[in-house]
Amino acid sequence: MDDLTPYLVLSAILFSIGAVGVLVRRNAIVVFMCVELMLNASNLALVVFAKQHGNLEGQVAAFFVMVVAAAEVVVGLAIIMTIFRSRRSASVDDASLLKY
Amino acid sequence: MIATLPLAAEGGHHSVPLVDPGAADGVLGLVWLVIALPLAGAVVLLVGGRRTDRWGHWLGTATVAASFALSVAMLVALLGREEGDRQVGRHLWDWVSVGDYRVGMDLLYDPLSALFLLLITGVSTLIHVYSIGYMAHDARRRRFFGYLNLFVAAMLLLVLAADYLGVFLGWEGVGLASYLLIGFWQHKPSAAAAAKKAFVINRVGDIGMSLAIMLMFVTFGTTAFAGVSAAAGEAPESTMTAIGLLLLLGACGKSAQVPLQAWLLDAMEGPTPVSALIHAATMVTAGVYLVTRSNFVFENAPVAQTAVVVVACVTLLWGAVIGCAKDDIKKVLAGSTMSQIGYMMLAAGLGPAGYAFAIFHLLTHGFFKANMFLGAGSVMHGTGDDVDMRHYGALRRAMPVTFLTFAMGYLAIIGFPGFSGFWSKDKIVEAAIGENYLVGAAALVGAGVTAFYMTRLMLMTFFGEARWEPGVHPHESPKVMTVPLLVLAALSVLGGLLLLGDWIVDWLTPVVGPVEHHELPVPVWAITLLVTAVVAVGVAVAVLLVGRRPVPREAPRDVSFATRAARADLYGDAINHGLVVAPGGALVRGLVATDRHGVDGVVEGGSGLVGALSDVLRRAQNGYVRTYALSVLGGAVIVVLAMVAVSW
Repeated sequence: MDDLTPYLVLSAILFSIGAVGVLVRRNAIVVFMCVELMLNASNLALVVFAKQHGNLEGQVAAFFVMVVAAAEVVVGLAIIMTIFRSRRSASVDDASLLKY
Repeated sequence: MIATLPLAAEGGHHSVPLVDPGAADGVLGLVWLVIALPLAGAVVLLVGGRRTDRWGHWLGTATVAASFALSVAMLVALLGREEGDRQVGRHLWDWVSVGDYRVGMDLLYDPLSALFLLLITGVSTLIHVYSIGYMAHDARRRRFFGYLNLFVAAMLLLVLAADYLGVFLGWEGVGLASYLLIGFWQHKPSAAAAAKKAFVINRVGDIGMSLAIMLMFVTFGTTAFAGVSAAAGEAPESTMTAIGLLLLLGACGKSAQVPLQAWLLDAMEGPTPVSALIHAATMVTAGVYLVTRSNFVFENAPVAQTAVVVVACVTLLWGAVIGCAKDDIKKVLAGSTMSQIGYMMLAAGLGPAGYAFAIFHLLTHGFFKANMFLGAGSVMHGTGDDVDMRHYGALRRAMPVTFLTFAMGYLAIIGFPGFSGFWSKDKIVEAAIGENYLVGAAALVGAGVTAFYMTRLMLMTFFGEARWEPGVHPHESPKVMTVPLLVLAALSVLGGLLLLGDWIVDWLTPVVGPVEHHELPVPVWAITLLVTAVVAVGVAVAVLLVGRRPVPREAPRDVSFATRAARADLYGDAINHGLVVAPGGALVRGLVATDRHGVDGVVEGGSGLVGALSDVLRRAQNGYVRTYALSVLGGAVIVVLAMVAVSW
């Protein structure tokens, strides 16, 4: 069997980039893209594990993630659009009214 | 018919009379009607409301009079029976039925109940008639008669019940009715306070009564007279002593004996017919009835019996001393009641030597005290509701009927030879001397003091010069008030006939056992002479101190310590306040402080702590999405590390 380790490493790198992006970037669009990056990193990992075990369960899960991500993009972009329209800003730090 | 219990053998050295009533038949089967009539009257008057205003007082009087007629008929029926067959029971219905424990609503009609029935219904009828005149101008007369009927019904239940639980029901009913009647003029704060005081002090006695009943239930498994009396001889003496002392506490509350005497003088706040009813026919006699009825308990508890005698001696002197210093005519009579009830308790505490004489004195006292209270009411009626004897004087010409009837009561209470009180008190003193010289001396001194204060009352009220308030024109009361006085005066004179041929002693033998005669050191006529001499001295002292000098209209202030103490009811209220009210108040204040600072402190401190902590924690909710993302990531990392650590 081929060595699948590089795929997993790539997945980990992509996930880390996404996570750091979510934490450090303020622009909502970029944060959103970083979330997508993390989702796809985990998709990659799922597919790799499916290949490793020789069954389809991981691939099925990956499809589910894609579907959910698509739905999430619809809702998320709509929220970001609405916030941008009312505040003229796409910064996630500006939308901090809901707090203690 | 009451279930027949196995008869116990004679317990101890005393023969305990067994209460094992036979079936009631004929007119005796109507015994329940004696209670039901006044009770129905009370219900109609109190529920019927204003519709009954016009004829309510007639209905109230008629029901009690009918009860009296029935009582007389029943007495005749009882007299017609064999001497050993004079205890009849009537089972009305099952009242309490829990497991093996059954209390029937049972009535017991025996010679003791018969006498009480006659006294209660007879005197109450006269008081009802008198009240028609006395309360004629009171807007709430109908309600007054409703309460009176309730009082009579409760008292009749008390003396007819065949079970301590039934007695307790009547006992509480009397307490309630006395509260309503003493506080009848509730618009006066003093009357409201007096009613509350009577109620609270009676409650202390009721605790003793209810504990005694519980103890009987635990010990004997029954509270019926028949059951308790049959098993009393076999119970340990300590238990019987406890029951006896608790019963005594109950009796002290109702009969105004020291230390629960303080309510009686304040109870004079009620309308005068109420005072007559409470002091003569009902309420205060309940304690004497209880002790006499429970003779099977006290026979087996010598310590409790001694306690009864001690309490009685203290009370009879206590009340007499108070009577000497009061200027309020009703309070003098109240002090005298306390003292006379002390005599009855004394006789009841002497055991078989005294039971019959306790009841005898109770009857004669019922006559002459009702007579004098109603007489005092008549005097007040004629003088514009003034109760201060210093404002009376020379009333004998203005109110001849009241004077003459009152004089009969006076001669009876001091024990003037031939009058009813002479026979009954003489017998008690005789029994007391036979028991113990100290007790005999107390009874003898009490007789002298009684003569003193009653003579003082007579002199200040009916003799001397007129000291009337300006504008007061004393006049004789209407016939509806004087006729009951005449009847009671006749009874005060003739009450001694009950002792003719030792009738009352023989009559009560089935209930309390035969009279034990003590060996006396001197012949009986010598004791009679001694009592009469002491009474004469009391009268003479009163004539010298009160009759021969002008009576000041204001009570003198520079008086001896003894007078001041007696005016303050021998500091009965102060003692109660110091021993009970003040410590009780301190205890309550302490508990409130503990509750407020201790219990509330823990509860409120806990909530405050949680609040402060949450104040800190909620700062984490700062509104920045990226902070939340970091905490999610941190959490995920921790979970991953934990899983790695576990599966390493």
